[in-house]
Amino acid sequence: MTADVPGRTGLSLSDLAMVPVRLAMSFIDAPLRWVQKTFGLGGMATFFLLPNMLIFGIFVLLPFFINFAYSMTGGTALFLPDRSFVGTDQYARLFDCANYLDPNSCVEDTFWTAVGNTGWFVVLQVTLMIGFSLVTALILNRDLRARSFWRAVFFFPVLLSPVVVGLIWKWILQRQGLLNFGLFSFGFEPHVWLNDRTWSFAATVGVSIWAHMGFYTLIILAGLQAIPKDLYEAAEMDGTRTSRVFLRITLPLLMPNLLVVIVLVLIRAVQIFDEVYVLTGGGPGTSTLYLTQYIYETGFATQLRNPGLAAAASILMGVVLVVLTLLQLGLSRPSEKKGSRK
Amino acid sequence: MTKTRTMLAAFAVGLMTSTAAIAGEVRIMWYSDGVEGEVLKDLVDRFMKENPDINVVIDNVSYSVVREQLPVQLEAGDGPDIARVTNLKALSKHWLDLRPLVADGAYWDKNFGDQADWMRPDGSNQISGFMTQITVAGGFANKTLFVQAGVAIPAKDATWDDWAKAAKQVAESQQVPFPMALDRSGHRLSGPNISYGANYIGADGKPAPIDEGSKAFISKFVGWVEDGTMSKDVWVSAAGSTYRAAADDFINGQVAFYYSGSWQVPNFSTKIGSNFDWVATGSPCGPATCTGMPGGAGLVAIKYTKNPTDVAKVMDYLAREEVVKEFSERTLFLPAHKGVVEKGLDFKTDDAQAKAALGVFVTSTTSLSDLARKLPGWHWSDTVYGALVTRVSQAAAGEMKLDEAFTRIDADIAAKVKDSGL
Repeated sequence: MTADVPGRTGLSLSDLAMVPVRLAMSFIDAPLRWVQKTFGLGGMATFFLLPNMLIFGIFVLLPFFINFAYSMTGGTALFLPDRSFVGTDQYARLFDCANYLDPNSCVEDTFWTAVGNTGWFVVLQVTLMIGFSLVTALILNRDLRARSFWRAVFFFPVLLSPVVVGLIWKWILQRQGLLNFGLFSFGFEPHVWLNDRTWSFAATVGVSIWAHMGFYTLIILAGLQAIPKDLYEAAEMDGTRTSRVFLRITLPLLMPNLLVVIVLVLIRAVQIFDEVYVLTGGGPGTSTLYLTQYIYETGFATQLRNPGLAAAASILMGVVLVVLTLLQLGLSRPSEKKGSRK
Repeated sequence: MTKTRTMLAAFAVGLMTSTAAIAGEVRIMWYSDGVEGEVLKDLVDRFMKENPDINVVIDNVSYSVVREQLPVQLEAGDGPDIARVTNLKALSKHWLDLRPLVADGAYWDKNFGDQADWMRPDGSNQISGFMTQITVAGGFANKTLFVQAGVAIPAKDATWDDWAKAAKQVAESQQVPFPMALDRSGHRLSGPNISYGANYIGADGKPAPIDEGSKAFISKFVGWVEDGTMSKDVWVSAAGSTYRAAADDFINGQVAFYYSGSWQVPNFSTKIGSNFDWVATGSPCGPATCTGMPGGAGLVAIKYTKNPTDVAKVMDYLAREEVVKEFSERTLFLPAHKGVVEKGLDFKTDDAQAKAALGVFVTSTTSLSDLARKLPGWHWSDTVYGALVTRVSQAAAGEMKLDEAFTRIDADIAAKVKDSGL
């Protein structure tokens, strides 16, 4: 800027700041020209994606294939070459059931109990998480006093480690915890929340929502702020009802963000483990035993571990996740196309 | 060229010095129930003064790390150089044979020979390590609560039913939430099972199907959990075979009678202090016998160590008579060392209750049943314990009927035996 002022010469601050960038560019210019010449302009994209794909391949795809190989083996040995090939026996063992709705009729009853618990957890947690996050984001998007403070308040639990979250709520909910102390102080009868099957299940859903809601609220909030204000002004001038504004403007324009949130919440809900493991340990009985804990216990925590069975269970869990994600993406496509035609 | 050579030389020197540092390092994976970690540190510091070329690092971990993570490390051919473990027999293929490495194998045989079989592969004469403590499962009564309730503490030969009745009276009188508590552990459940006539070992040495003895006590136990005589909190607090102790409830005066074991004595001595009076009671009786379960923690050398000679030096030092004596006296643990036991111990505590409790546990070792003595060295004991805990806790939580639980226990054990390929 200053260099353009007549009578003044020399480098401006921004020019100086650009020096290292230009230097770096001059270093990579020659190799990049070579890459472009060798692979062509179209091949450049592949070239730049290669490091990322390599990391993805090593840390995601390769373990997936190793896991699949494990699921085809039996015995308690840890190393793949030491394990005997059993084909699909582990899957057959998991599916050996007289009635899939009655875990007690299955050979691996604990697996089906975990599947059932996870299913209920996903339905409840995903629905409530989306609902609470949406409502919270709508409130935080308004002109509130100390809005930044409230946003921080809702986001704060996201910063906590899952173990800390589990411990905090354990101290609140246990027999001599804060909640019972409060109830007792007000003359109510204390209750052993974590010994009660229904309450402990509800606690895992509630705690998980409390711990992660802030993150999803933030994503929805970003979506809300990206909606052009003039649409709302036009609706106001037309005297449109608030509920109609929400259904016809806010919700459709928020759909891409909501879709991301739904997919993330769903994946996270199916994978639930850490805070629940600390809070209830899967109890009472197996009422809060979820799929990931089943896999962990089968593969690592028991004295005679069964990595093959644990691997088969995790492959099935992966398949369910992929199907659910594809289903959601498929369902979202028509609305996206409809939106783009408009 | 000269620059390259200099850099290579510097790299080689760096590599050699770092390798030398590792060569003299011995890592001990250690868990503590009480003060034993601090005592070990003192002893190890003294060893390092005697042997400045060996650096001993103590990795203090929780018991669950030893139970759940160490076996995975060992399967991968990894792990510490020395570890304090309770799962001695089932993992014995991973222990290092110290016989050719220790200074005097005969000393080890003479003093630790009685428990050597607990920690070596069947049929071998390997020296894998030594027991840092011998434990016996048994009960503790909150004497103050009994006195305040005006209920007499049941006598030495009292049955489980006698204890249940008395503890219930105490709890009702003193408004205590739990009359009785028993750790969430298959080991702890096995003493009473054997007292009710259980036998775990089949004719072929593999697990026998669950018998009437086990069924009788487990039925009683689940009934007690349902009617509130036995603490529900501990047994339903987790799924699977996760270990949970009720020690904190006893320390907080919430339990009249607690069935755990001798390793709790130093813990209670430190944490209860003068808050209330407590006594060790030994194991209540069943129709068959009045046995607790022996056991304990052993210090074993791991065969994947890079420094077997240094490891043997550390083990030789920690197994010395005067070192074992000091360790036991300061930690209030019952020693396994024959020489130390014969010469007697002067436990370093002013707590008369702790001293009396240790006396009760020492006496109780004389009345252990044959099966109870066999189980610590039996390959399948942890398999049976795991199945017992998993299914009994489901029955206690009201998830399955007792008959279903018994069928599942047998099925779980059979599946594990099949999976092991043995």
